[in-house]
Amino acid sequence: MNLIYEQSVAGRRGVRLPASDVPAADSLPVELLRCEPAELPQVSELDTVRHFTNLSRRNYSVDTHFYPLGSCTMKYNVKAVENAAGLFAAEHPLLPLLPGGLEHAQGSLGLLHGLGLALAEITGMDEVTTQPLAGAHGEMTGIMLIAAYHRAKGNKKRYVVVPDSSHGTNPASAAMVGYEIITIPTAPYGDMDPELFRAAMSDQVAAVMMTCPNTLGLFNPHIREICDIAHSFDALCYYDGANLNAIMGKVRPGDVGFDVIHLNLHKTFGTPHGGGGPGSGPVGVKEALIPFLPVPRIVKKDAGFALETDNSTSIGRTANFFGNFGVMVKAYAYILLLGREGLIRVSEQAVLNANYMMARLKGYYDLPYDFTCMHECVFSASRQVKQGVHALDIAKFLIDKGYHPPTIYFPLIVKDAIMIEPTETESRETMDLFIQVMIEAAELAESDPGAFAALPATMPVSRLDETRAARSQNVCFAGC
Amino acid sequence: MSSADYCPTTPQEVREMLEVIGAATVEDLFAPIPSHLRAASFDLPPGMSEFEMLDTLKGVAARNGQAVTPFIGGGCYDHLIPAVVDHLAGRAEFYTAYTPYQPECSQGTLQALFEYQTAICRITGMEVANASLYDGATALAEAGLMALRATGRRRLVIDGGVSPFSRQVIRTYLANLDVEIMEVVSLNGGIDRDALLAALNDVTAAILVQNPTFYGTVEDLTAIAGAAHGQGALLVVSAYPISLGLVKSPGEMGVDIVVGDGQPLGNAMSFGGPSFGFIGSLKKHIRNMPGRIVGETADGQGRRGFVLTLQAREQHIKRQKATSNICSNQGLCALKGLIFLTSLGKEGFRELATLNRDKSEYAKGKLSAIPGVSLVNSGETFNEFTLRLPRSADQVVASLLKMGIAPGFPLGSSEPELAECLVVTVTEKRTKAEIDELANLLGRELETVGF
Repeated sequence: MNLIYEQSVAGRRGVRLPASDVPAADSLPVELLRCEPAELPQVSELDTVRHFTNLSRRNYSVDTHFYPLGSCTMKYNVKAVENAAGLFAAEHPLLPLLPGGLEHAQGSLGLLHGLGLALAEITGMDEVTTQPLAGAHGEMTGIMLIAAYHRAKGNKKRYVVVPDSSHGTNPASAAMVGYEIITIPTAPYGDMDPELFRAAMSDQVAAVMMTCPNTLGLFNPHIREICDIAHSFDALCYYDGANLNAIMGKVRPGDVGFDVIHLNLHKTFGTPHGGGGPGSGPVGVKEALIPFLPVPRIVKKDAGFALETDNSTSIGRTANFFGNFGVMVKAYAYILLLGREGLIRVSEQAVLNANYMMARLKGYYDLPYDFTCMHECVFSASRQVKQGVHALDIAKFLIDKGYHPPTIYFPLIVKDAIMIEPTETESRETMDLFIQVMIEAAELAESDPGAFAALPATMPVSRLDETRAARSQNVCFAGC
Repeated sequence: MSSADYCPTTPQEVREMLEVIGAATVEDLFAPIPSHLRAASFDLPPGMSEFEMLDTLKGVAARNGQAVTPFIGGGCYDHLIPAVVDHLAGRAEFYTAYTPYQPECSQGTLQALFEYQTAICRITGMEVANASLYDGATALAEAGLMALRATGRRRLVIDGGVSPFSRQVIRTYLANLDVEIMEVVSLNGGIDRDALLAALNDVTAAILVQNPTFYGTVEDLTAIAGAAHGQGALLVVSAYPISLGLVKSPGEMGVDIVVGDGQPLGNAMSFGGPSFGFIGSLKKHIRNMPGRIVGETADGQGRRGFVLTLQAREQHIKRQKATSNICSNQGLCALKGLIFLTSLGKEGFRELATLNRDKSEYAKGKLSAIPGVSLVNSGETFNEFTLRLPRSADQVVASLLKMGIAPGFPLGSSEPELAECLVVTVTEKRTKAEIDELANLLGRELETVGF
């Protein structure tokens, strides 16, 4: 498809602006004036509509295709929550910071406060800040809170411990806060072993970051023991909430001993992933960390909701305003829709679907950690690799059959990993059809392994040359 | 009625699936979770239908009270949004997809992001751009970190014209790192060039400025860029994207890294989010750039296609050695930005900027003519300017808010010595009638207390 810039015709106009109702101002002096207008496309409104509509058709998405992308929780995005977000679209975020402005933002602040309360109850934490803008931003905020806690206590800490199965964001977030990383290898039963963890501990460890269930989809039965060991060194326990979809109503990280948690509202709470964002990464903490929460902090007073802005122990602002507010309206709407029983059913059905998928496919793909899984299961294509067929090849086969592939090559500790997360919103028929195609892929790997190289064959492009992209660094169109 | 849970599986299917798994009940699947770890509480209300949910949230939204006419900006702006923006970005194929890890079935998102990167390069005058960051403030913090990596130095000079919110975010980002921050106070709403250049030295990684400044002054940064380069430092600017339709681009001024908040480009104010941060730079800095980058390439048959590229900078590969921990971008918000810029086009974008300046100049003339009121900015402004009132701006704002107008952002809370100052924002959406009304009310307000 042509780029929008390649469709540009000099003099063609799109949207018309209102006529000015004030006199024209004097021109800016020449040293401040742009020499040439930016070369934006010159296209009609219909050109714009047709271009982006046709571009959209070159995507697989949850609304058009099964999308079992492990660790991303690609569940159905309820349409009614979109209408809910529209109710707040015209609200300016500085209003509550103006003198007398709080009364113009009681609805918005109340919604954030209410969402915080609901998330605190779901996770067993004492308070939630909704400011972080995405999961990784929440992780960084959480580690900053931990750093502030240690600084206030005069603790000298250098390290953050992560298991080797962790999301890459965990060590990267800790590094953004200046910590060095200690990585713990995964035990044969697929999780971080308390004894291996204890061996790595010292007074210099600030925190341990865990995902539970972890990226293998396994629940670590020793998490309370690990939290206790960490606390005995005055290290804090960080819960990566990426996989919360598995355990709502079953386990609350706060009950188990975790001190800080981030959530991904775009995963567990059904807000759209938007082709890579906006997400939202609220952070929950235990009482000891409340003094360090970001400002402005929303507090409930007799007269209504107010903002605490001058807390000297706070880590400060982590973002411009109050976080990705529109995303939070949708998540709050989702919680209202599902309610207590609905959220429990979500986790039960997500776990049932993943175990069904695992049971049906384990005769065809290696399952390096063969235990009851939670919301996702991780296979290895190692059997197919012996025929020269890799996880990537199987992914391309799936694309041709109309499926968005599972996550591949993650977690890094599984060779040619294929990580499947069906989510609770998929029907059994959809899963059965997907399972059938996965079995076909396994059979083709045996009968005609060479056939995969040409796949996908039905898409607008076949496999793309990534080396060429990295070498040419063409990230901005130079023509027209 | 039972709650909506959007799970289509019937009880009969659940039984059959359990049989395949070899479990008796769904609860058996949770056996790996020992009983002593089970939730102590899960106290939430019962679910509701979408109609009840919308009624509930309409009630919550109503507590925001009557709409206020905003003459405030400060990082979030009330601009027109053409209808095509939400209609097209609302295509489910865009908004229910995720990060385009599998390029063959994500060419829609990838090509759109490539076109977005191109638009950012063209309005900023930069050579490369990424696929977006979270917001303008975090983008500026990331640009500061990028400059530290690119120069191998540990010192940043931050101009006082940078939004106080962004300055707070930068301080938060750097609080645990061994980096020296030098803040320079503004002069008459603009950059105090002598003070800024005096703060620059040969261990400075970058100067961070905002253009126009938080107080509204538009600056020519050419000489500052030259001075920074003379000391081996970079010049980072946070730019207001709408101003780039009229104001000389950062690229033309010799800037090295440009960031900004993309909300004004087709994203609703929505109480401050979601928005997106943009970042562009000279090509030589691309390997130090944070976040997703889309690149052009081709398939085996020579057909053009787009992929995520230079991923060896990123956390999913480099883990703690990555250029940033950022994992997602603000894909849908950036897409809205692209559709916004496309629908306005080359001429429309310039006209929009001109309209902002015209309205703002008109308001500036009317408001600064009120007895006792003076203009703080000694330099040119775009669509924001700062007034000095004859008394506390806080009281004035509180009074006018009661009449349904937010007349500006008073500076007393962030800068006590500027307690009489008010930053006024006038976008193209403010009508002459609204501006006249503001001038009227402000004049009367200042009169009535016997100034």
